[in-house]
Amino acid sequence: MTASDGEIVHFDNVGLRYGTDREVLSDVSFTLFPGSFYFLTGASGAGKTSLLKLLYLAQRPSRGMIRMFGADAITLPRDRLPAMRRRLGVVFQDFRLVSHLSAFDNVALPLRVAGAPERDIERPVADMLDWVGLSDRMNARPATLSGGEQQRVAIARAVIARPDMLVADEPTGNVDPEMAVKLLRLFEALNRLGTTVVVATHDVHLLKKVPESLIMRLDKGRLSDPTGALRYPPRRAAAPSRAPGTER
Amino acid sequence: MTGLLGKLRRLSGVGEAELVPQARLSGPMPWVIAIMLAMTVIAAAAGLGLRNMARSAALELEGGMTVQIVEARADVREAQARAAMEALRAMPGLVSLRMVPQSEVDALIEPWIGDDAASGRAVGAIPVPALIDARFGDAATPEAVARLQRELRAVAPAARVDAQSSWLRPVFAAMVSLQWLAMALVVLLAMALSAAVLLAARTALGTNRDTIEIVHLLGGTDVQIARVFQRSIAIDAAGGGAAGLVLAVVVIVALGRRFASLGTGMVDQGALMLGDWIVLGLIPVAATGLAMITARLTVMHTLQKML
Repeated sequence: MTASDGEIVHFDNVGLRYGTDREVLSDVSFTLFPGSFYFLTGASGAGKTSLLKLLYLAQRPSRGMIRMFGADAITLPRDRLPAMRRRLGVVFQDFRLVSHLSAFDNVALPLRVAGAPERDIERPVADMLDWVGLSDRMNARPATLSGGEQQRVAIARAVIARPDMLVADEPTGNVDPEMAVKLLRLFEALNRLGTTVVVATHDVHLLKKVPESLIMRLDKGRLSDPTGALRYPPRRAAAPSRAPGTER
Repeated sequence: MTGLLGKLRRLSGVGEAELVPQARLSGPMPWVIAIMLAMTVIAAAAGLGLRNMARSAALELEGGMTVQIVEARADVREAQARAAMEALRAMPGLVSLRMVPQSEVDALIEPWIGDDAASGRAVGAIPVPALIDARFGDAATPEAVARLQRELRAVAPAARVDAQSSWLRPVFAAMVSLQWLAMALVVLLAMALSAAVLLAARTALGTNRDTIEIVHLLGGTDVQIARVFQRSIAIDAAGGGAAGLVLAVVVIVALGRRFASLGTGMVDQGALMLGDWIVLGLIPVAATGLAMITARLTVMHTLQKML
């Protein structure tokens, strides 16, 4: 099976190298299904961030094939990328908040980019900031926020537009355990609403907190897939809650 | 109505104005535009003034012919001048006719000849041609001059006819050259303005590269980002343009007064008309449009290189 109905992402023998260096990702093949919750694990330098960059369309692969939302993401015309990106929510490892915007405006950014009218922005953004515990820091600029607060703003920005797929790079790295669990609950809630969630982490304790999650393990740029289940998942009638063959 | 307002908002980039920091009317850009705009308006005003001057002078001199009766004997000269006047008066298309009085002719040549009667070099001691100023409705073409010459020779053999415009032909040619020069200056300044905007847009893109990348990754389009820069540059250009226009108007009015005080008819004819002032007033508008288009093309071109 190379691409099945209902898949949201399909990677086939994808390789990525920066310049003329050796490949940071080699022969990566897997399929993600709608409504699934995936953890991407691996040691530092294993290629997690590079794989996520391919997932959130910040990078084109050096070789291989990527299908996203039913379209060939490699040959997709550049002017169709924004529409595809608007279906994604991204939590960057370094947060990437816009420094001259307040916490409120940073969270509102995906909605404004999507052309939502201001009257449809204020309430959801305020609610979201309240949910991540930042209602009193709404007007604060990123420079005045702590690392944990910045991370929560980044997460709020990633989920505010209810994306089809959420890609998060170490989203709980800078928050206390209590907030980490709270944020995971938010991801799970989104997941239950149908959002596919991919969380890159090297925190093994986090994996246990989402029992329904599936594990993708990267080792030196190669996806560990001993049974081939990530590459060739059994055909299912509906969106899976757990990809068979993925092991914890 | 709401849809139209929405479209206007999108066109002006208001909805995305917050995406990148807006350094409105700060930094050197508005001042560079102001200076270039002032020079453009002054150059354009000079071109328009020269055009007015040339048109007006050409209209005035177009049908003008000067008849000289070149005869040393005063009595014969006067008789031929009278005969020529009679003949001219009977000609069709004559608009005005005037015998230039001897006193006026003497005054014209007095600076060169002098008026020292004792030395024999006084104006009155030298025979000078009689002058007749005739103006016809039709242009004084070489054919018309030759025809008039032939007709007058019959009654005044000493008559010599010249088209008045021929005396000023080199002046008109110089005026046309100056008009082209003014136009070339306007074009060059427009190019310089575009180059300045291009550099400013590139610098702003470099400064805001991180933000642009984030907006791109959140699904922002090139057009959305270009609108933001376009709007920012438009504000700079409009502000600088207004300042430049005010500066140029002050210079033009001051120069106009200075030239008017010279009291020479030709310079007076170069005064700017209402239509000219409207054209000058539209230059900042055109410059703002040019700056916006340049910014948009520059930003779009640069963004095309990003994924």
